[in-house]
Amino acid sequence: MSKRTFSVLSLLVIASLALAACQPAAPAFTPPTDTIGVVTIGPNDPIHIAYALVISGADETLGVDSRNGIEVAIAKKGQVLGHNVQLTGEDDGCSAEGGQAAGTKLAADPTIVAVIATSCSSAARVAVPLLSQAGFVTVSPSNTAPDLTLAGNPNSHPGYLRTAHSDLVQGAAAAKFAYESLKVTKAATIHDGSLYAEKLQEVFAEEFKKLGGTITSQEAVDPNATDFKSVLTSIVTTGPEIIYYPIFVKAGSLITRQAKEVPGLEEVHLMGADGMFSPDVVEGAGDAVEGLNVSSPDLSAFAAAYTTEFLPKYKELFGTEPISIFHAHAYDAAMMIFAAIEKVAVKGPDGSLYIPRQALRDAMYATTDFAGLTGSLTCSPTGDCADPVIAVYEYHAGEYPPERIWP
Amino acid sequence: MLRTWIQRITLTDILVWAIGLVILVGVIWGSIVTLETGKYSAENWTDLTITGLALGGVYALIALGYTLVYGILRMINFAHSEVFMSGPFTATFMADALIVLGWWNKYPLLSLVIVLLVAAAVSSVIAILLERIAYRPLRAAPRLVPLITAIGASFFLQYVFRGLYGSGLKGYPEMEIFKGFWVLSGIRIFKTQAAAIVGAVVMMLILYGIVQWTKIGKAMRSVSEDKEVAALMGINVDRVITITFAIGGAAAGVAGILYLLLFPVAHFFMGFFPGLKAFTAAVLGGIGNVPGAFLGAMVLGLLESIGPNLFLDGLGIPAPNQLKDAIAFAILVLILIFRPTGLLGERLAQAKA
Repeated sequence: MSKRTFSVLSLLVIASLALAACQPAAPAFTPPTDTIGVVTIGPNDPIHIAYALVISGADETLGVDSRNGIEVAIAKKGQVLGHNVQLTGEDDGCSAEGGQAAGTKLAADPTIVAVIATSCSSAARVAVPLLSQAGFVTVSPSNTAPDLTLAGNPNSHPGYLRTAHSDLVQGAAAAKFAYESLKVTKAATIHDGSLYAEKLQEVFAEEFKKLGGTITSQEAVDPNATDFKSVLTSIVTTGPEIIYYPIFVKAGSLITRQAKEVPGLEEVHLMGADGMFSPDVVEGAGDAVEGLNVSSPDLSAFAAAYTTEFLPKYKELFGTEPISIFHAHAYDAAMMIFAAIEKVAVKGPDGSLYIPRQALRDAMYATTDFAGLTGSLTCSPTGDCADPVIAVYEYHAGEYPPERIWP
Repeated sequence: MLRTWIQRITLTDILVWAIGLVILVGVIWGSIVTLETGKYSAENWTDLTITGLALGGVYALIALGYTLVYGILRMINFAHSEVFMSGPFTATFMADALIVLGWWNKYPLLSLVIVLLVAAAVSSVIAILLERIAYRPLRAAPRLVPLITAIGASFFLQYVFRGLYGSGLKGYPEMEIFKGFWVLSGIRIFKTQAAAIVGAVVMMLILYGIVQWTKIGKAMRSVSEDKEVAALMGINVDRVITITFAIGGAAAGVAGILYLLLFPVAHFFMGFFPGLKAFTAAVLGGIGNVPGAFLGAMVLGLLESIGPNLFLDGLGIPAPNQLKDAIAFAILVLILIFRPTGLLGERLAQAKA
């Protein structure tokens, strides 16, 4: 080795040593810790959000519509802290069994950060404890059974929130509409044994009695039945002026039809709830749908962005107008989750993301004045985030959506 | 004599009889109390009776498919409920087309015939394919095997139709001629119900005639009695079985249209519950027995329609209509306890054993 080469090499070695010395020792990165675990997302991995909604069967418009809402939110948001959002999901079947299956499957996947679930309260009652146990944040766009967010109730679980209204609000609004606007004093109710319908008619009946009305009978049917003549005959003997049946599309449309065929019920008012806010009701009930009232979240009270941004995007992505009522609630649920993740997630030096689960829950519950499509959302300590304005709509034969008539 | 009879009685027998007796007493007691309160007028009862008969007519035509196939192959074709769903579901689209053509209310009878033919043809073809693909290759297999393929085929058909037509509800358009009702000596009967009852009875008579008095009917009966001997006598057993499925399918297709007259909403899952009920009706009447299927279906339809109000209302049970199916099935248990072969008994029960 010549002298010259040697000197060049030595210089290089010295220079590199000096450079190395100049660089300050990197402080060791400590990922956050959390009482119920931390989700780690690799630098190029997406943030995993899951859903459990009813996406098959006769009530599927409800769940598919909500899923569309989530997808609009994801499309709108693009990336969260530089990560894509991955959406996977299960069918909640709008039933306890479906909730069990979906909940078990999702709870077994530790990559899930948050779940948007479920469509139906019956499914929630079974799925939510499983999802809560798994440490997820669960936000429902359409569960309305009151006990899911009642403090101290065994059906209220940590990590569960909802952007849908509690039926304490909807049932009361329906009773008020019937008593004050329709000016009826005698009401009969029908439920189908589902948690949603049973609670809703219970709240309705209580409120209606408080206002001064009487409940002539409280009946129940099998959601899979097709012949409701016997129940309607039983009701007609008690002489109600309105029948309130806050059930789902399939049975609801057939009751609407058959009520017109039972003598004595031709002039009686018929009223359902948001579970029957669907084009399938117009299809299923035919001409008998004329004059059917349904209570539902008031679409006209939604933020301006609903018509200017959300609806065009929805139409662009799915080629149709919204097919049910809880798309905006699902959109808000997704947006709230994204906002909470942005608040609590910690970025590692290599670009990976650490999301502490308890902190995420706390951030969700701390949501205040969140500007959502459905209103300004503030979550209660038990997870009620809705800003509920309930309106009553009236169907006309062959037309969807129904006409808003109250308040 | 008495002694051997007492010796033969087991604890299970006593228990079963006790259950039967409790149900029977409950039913009678409930009915008496309900009738005494006079809550329901005679008009209510006749209305419910007609509703029950119309429902029974639909069940009867579906039950026929179960009973014919059972009579010949000794297997329960659990995919029959999907055969029932497929024809009418397709026919709703035919009806839409006829409306667009303007024929629906202009030529109502012609339209009805077209819709009926489409429904019967589609159901029939599906029943034939079902037999050819899912059952024939397994005819020599143990009896449980075709039962499983039947359930598989049932799911397959449901989801094929879901894929084809979507999972939403599909309304069946009402015809002007079926709107409204007639009043016959003070009894109000809806035209749709009248059509369902008359349609079912006519179909039933035709089918009974085919089985009893035609050559193919004779062949069906002989295959039902003994396949091997029938084959030796020169009967083409495969052909007879295919025709049996075709007839059962056509009856189910017609049943589907009658069902849509009563409940004008089609969806891919609509076959399941009527199918279950019709199967029950077939068992109730004595499976393998054509008049039995008719009788069983009428009894079941009436029980479902009248049962909750008649039996349970008087017992002070709240919301009895939720228990409609429970009542129907409790009565089924009751009948089978006292008559294990069904109301009319299984034809040729001895010969089969």
